[in-house]
Amino acid sequence: MNVVVCGKVIPASSVTIEIDPSTKRMVRKGVTHELDPAAASAVEEGLRLTEKHGGAVTLITMGMSDATIGIRSALAMGATSAVHILDDAVAGSDTLGTAKVLAAAIKKQEFDLVICGTESSDSYSGIVPGQVAHFLGVPAVTFAKEVTVDGDRVTIKRQSESGYDVVEAALPALVTTTSGINEPRYPQLKGIMAAKKKEIKVYTAADLGLGSDQVGESAAREKVLTVGRPPKRQGGKVITDEGEGGKQIADFLAELKII
Amino acid sequence: MSDLIWVYAEVVDDKITPTTLEMLTKAAEVGKAEAVLLGPAPDDAAQTLANFGASKVYRSADSVYGEYLTLPAAETVAGLIQKHNPAVMLFASSYAGRDLAAALSAGLDSGAITDVGDFVLKNGTVEATIPALGASYQNTSTLVSRGTKLLLVRPKSFEPKTNAQPLLVEEVPAASDEALRKVHMKERVVVKREGPQLEGAKTIVSGGRGLKGEENFEMLKELADLLGGAVGATRAAVDAGWVPYAMQIGQTGKTVKPDLYIACGISGAVQHLSGMKTSKTIIAINKDPEAPILQISDLGVVGDVFKVVPQLIEEIKKRKGA
Repeated sequence: MNVVVCGKVIPASSVTIEIDPSTKRMVRKGVTHELDPAAASAVEEGLRLTEKHGGAVTLITMGMSDATIGIRSALAMGATSAVHILDDAVAGSDTLGTAKVLAAAIKKQEFDLVICGTESSDSYSGIVPGQVAHFLGVPAVTFAKEVTVDGDRVTIKRQSESGYDVVEAALPALVTTTSGINEPRYPQLKGIMAAKKKEIKVYTAADLGLGSDQVGESAAREKVLTVGRPPKRQGGKVITDEGEGGKQIADFLAELKII
Repeated sequence: MSDLIWVYAEVVDDKITPTTLEMLTKAAEVGKAEAVLLGPAPDDAAQTLANFGASKVYRSADSVYGEYLTLPAAETVAGLIQKHNPAVMLFASSYAGRDLAAALSAGLDSGAITDVGDFVLKNGTVEATIPALGASYQNTSTLVSRGTKLLLVRPKSFEPKTNAQPLLVEEVPAASDEALRKVHMKERVVVKREGPQLEGAKTIVSGGRGLKGEENFEMLKELADLLGGAVGATRAAVDAGWVPYAMQIGQTGKTVKPDLYIACGISGAVQHLSGMKTSKTIIAINKDPEAPILQISDLGVVGDVFKVVPQLIEEIKKRKGA
């Protein structure tokens, strides 16, 4: 069973995300990057499934050259190979453009299952996987907290408002995984060494047959008009606990007539 | 220019969801509100939608929408959109809402704006406000595609208000194509939750990574009980397995808006802040003076949560006893 994982390489969680007011995009240059934890979970799930059923895991990512570090971590975890869509022509794509790029890259691979995180940890839109599934013409089986493959069918426990749903689809299919689904493995030295020899295919938009009418900033349906700071909350007070912190909170609650 | 705004109505636990009613209220303020309601729903569902501003409800009660996810609904909604061409269609940022908006935005080649907190409609152009990166930035975005603009709306963005309209229901034919029956809902499992629910709680006491373990949530429960509130958690605490997902507050959990939010051992990652920052009063206890949660708190206490919280509990008990 061949698994394709789509995931992002994003500014590391220790980095405060800044937006460039001129491009209205996140500042990605000169910032430490890492494999998105959501993508790491998706890779982990792919590895677990292929360890059980055989087959390969291919990571597909779209991003600037900074993405290499995250691609290497996925390969060090055990992914078989990777595809990197690296092209200025895809910069500024909105969700729809991104989905077109990913779907076109996935179509060049052999796959039975596509796994994505439910959403990236930097921009959280959460609709790219569903759009990718549409362009691939495969069912999207989403918000999985458990994934099982049996023969030509995939069954998941899908997170719901009141518990979970058991949802099934025939392969090929696309699954999205929730953050708690697994604990991604840490790459071991052997894996890190092996990763250096693994193949990273690089595609441009043209390789995928996509023009500026479909991807990149010019094709984006969503245009960011303004970027600003939200109104600050007023009246905040910060105190340091010197043994009376609990009492001071109680005083504050009494002022608010809560106690 | 059309000022027709559609709302995709959702039913959870046999009730129209609060977010549906919030969106309808807003839609009726901005333009002419109509709703689409597909699949199993309680008998009074269409009436409820009319009560909150829907001047028309497109309805199919066919079981296909409950048994097969996303694709039948996407087919029906796409057909209705092409026929009636509303200016905007609103979906909740929920499991079903996100899946449906994703499928439609690709199918209609229209794109979509996600995580919308507010919007205006001017001559058929929509301008949406998005708290894009949690607490740090706020964007406005528009969609330049032709046709209906699809927006995914954050829960609790609008105050639901009754605005009764005459009930007008138009039955629509169900999606019958066999090819749409691909994502099969085999079983719905309800997981029983203990204690007061986060939804609707006036007070929430919430814990994060700083709680260090499952057992320390007992202390939060005691505090919450004293204040008549519910206990919540961050994604870090849920991912660590300390508490169940039902308690998760944040971008990938619940959005809450209590009168009082007490954040214990929570640094204030964007992921969490976006689910609680509209709480009326926020109190935070954190050992790190640089923790972002302190910047949005009405009262921030830099200190050890294992000292401050027990003292607070004792103090409340003392004052209540007095």
